[in-house]
Amino acid sequence: MIQFDAVHKRFPNGTTAVHDLTLDMPEGGVTVLVGSSGCGKTTTLRMINRMVEPTSGTIRVGGRDVTRQDAADLRRSIGYVIQQSGLFPHRTVLDNIATVPLLLGHGRRRARARAAELLDTVGLTAEAGRRYPHQLSGGQQQRVGVARALAADPPVLLMDEPFGAVDPVVRTQLQDELLRLQKELSKTIVFVTHDIDEAVRLGDQIAIFRTGGHLVQCATPSELLARPADDFVADFLGAERGLKLLSLKTLADVPQGPAPEGGAWTLVLDEARKPLHWASKDAEIPVRPLKDDDSLLAALNECVASPGGLIARVDAAGVLTGVSSRDDIHTHAGQAHTDARARTGAAA
Amino acid sequence: MYELFSNLGSWLTSGTQWSGSDGIAHRLAEHLQYSLLATLIATAIGLPLGLLIGHTGRGAFLAINLASFGRALPTVGLVVLVFLASGLSMTPVYVSLVALAVPAIVTNTYAGMTAVDPDVKDAARGQGMRGHQVLLHVELPLALPLIMTGLRLALIQVVATATIAAYVSFGGLGRYVFDGLAQRDLVQVLGGAVLVAAVAVVLDLGLAGLQRFLFRHRTA
Repeated sequence: MIQFDAVHKRFPNGTTAVHDLTLDMPEGGVTVLVGSSGCGKTTTLRMINRMVEPTSGTIRVGGRDVTRQDAADLRRSIGYVIQQSGLFPHRTVLDNIATVPLLLGHGRRRARARAAELLDTVGLTAEAGRRYPHQLSGGQQQRVGVARALAADPPVLLMDEPFGAVDPVVRTQLQDELLRLQKELSKTIVFVTHDIDEAVRLGDQIAIFRTGGHLVQCATPSELLARPADDFVADFLGAERGLKLLSLKTLADVPQGPAPEGGAWTLVLDEARKPLHWASKDAEIPVRPLKDDDSLLAALNECVASPGGLIARVDAAGVLTGVSSRDDIHTHAGQAHTDARARTGAAA
Repeated sequence: MYELFSNLGSWLTSGTQWSGSDGIAHRLAEHLQYSLLATLIATAIGLPLGLLIGHTGRGAFLAINLASFGRALPTVGLVVLVFLASGLSMTPVYVSLVALAVPAIVTNTYAGMTAVDPDVKDAARGQGMRGHQVLLHVELPLALPLIMTGLRLALIQVVATATIAAYVSFGGLGRYVFDGLAQRDLVQVLGGAVLVAAVAVVLDLGLAGLQRFLFRHRTA
């Protein structure tokens, strides 16, 4: 658990980067710090591992005041990933990952063995370990950056816009992998981004900052989307925040019935009962079957695109389990909003 | 003209010219000894200074202005000055050669240090490296190509200038130049000059090749 208590940071040139910040970042959860440039989110992150020293106030990691610990020892116990990966260009990928274990005196053989293990964890081949960073793609470099941060198995991971410089497709992949890793590892993660969609996808809680280093609101993604604290937050979340809320809900509770027979459109299946496409007398329209863990937003998108307003539901193996109607999805979408408002209303 | 070159050719290739205590082989060894020792001393002074300035960012003014100072320094003048102050020994020669080599080493080392990507230094600190570890494990290896260029530059300048040892009665390839001038023996002057140039070119190419081999994994 990371606690900020009345933390203030003023730089020598007089600008206030962080203003009177009190914030708890829960253990084993992802806290996303979000806001436009110059709002103090990166400064906040860097104060945790003392890359920046606070002007006043205290920061505790695991109950211990960070300023009372040796800065280098503290940093070795906290994983740190930065935007341009910051890999050492003169060392192989494997030796880059082994950095912190070597600093901790684990010995070269043991450090390299651990690094090889981590290559696999972040989805890289052993062959990539023998290369130099500039021989890898941007996405692969970021994976190495994450592996390096994880090498000494620190309980806390600081990530400063780690996926900011890669293309959208790779970014989505990296986000998925981070979520998968987090499920296994349960690290306390502090993640800085200016991309609100990334914040909603990854965060267990989101802290929104405004220029001048003011924390405006800190809440779970669904609370934030249902009840933005003020116009600044609402603007930041964007006009589609209602839809973004639906991206947090899954299809699991939406009822399904048997596929209709004899209507204008029929769902054509293969021998294994996997959906192929929608067919009428003279047309075929592609179908994108959805699983229970797909989001309500994806379902809404699919039923707008499908000819009869129906979505095809499948199990994990891709075999048809039933269909759901536009009305079912709309009802659940509305219910999701009511629930989120009611929950945060009760909390407030 | 043709006669001059053919005389030069036989001077350079005659066996008697290469042997003995005033033969080419011995003078060459002396010349290399002066040059390498002077460059070594200059490295011992210039490298730590350049690293310190680059690592702390303090004294950048000195590092930048040392380069122009080095270019403006009259080497022969310095030899005479130190000779008058300290008397006849190798000291004036070494002082001058070291003074010539230090600026190139400091300036290039500093340039190499400032060229290290700040993100990489930040990451090194963020992983928990202490100041000296960042310097030794990150900044120094990354600055090494430019540092080596500085050493190469310094060595070549020193080799070309080490002829002044003969000016104050010591050996080296400068012996042929100064003796030749005194004896009005143009072939000997030219022979000495050609040998100095050849040594400089061979060392430069050799070191350039070594650099290319050492840093073959680096991007541009």
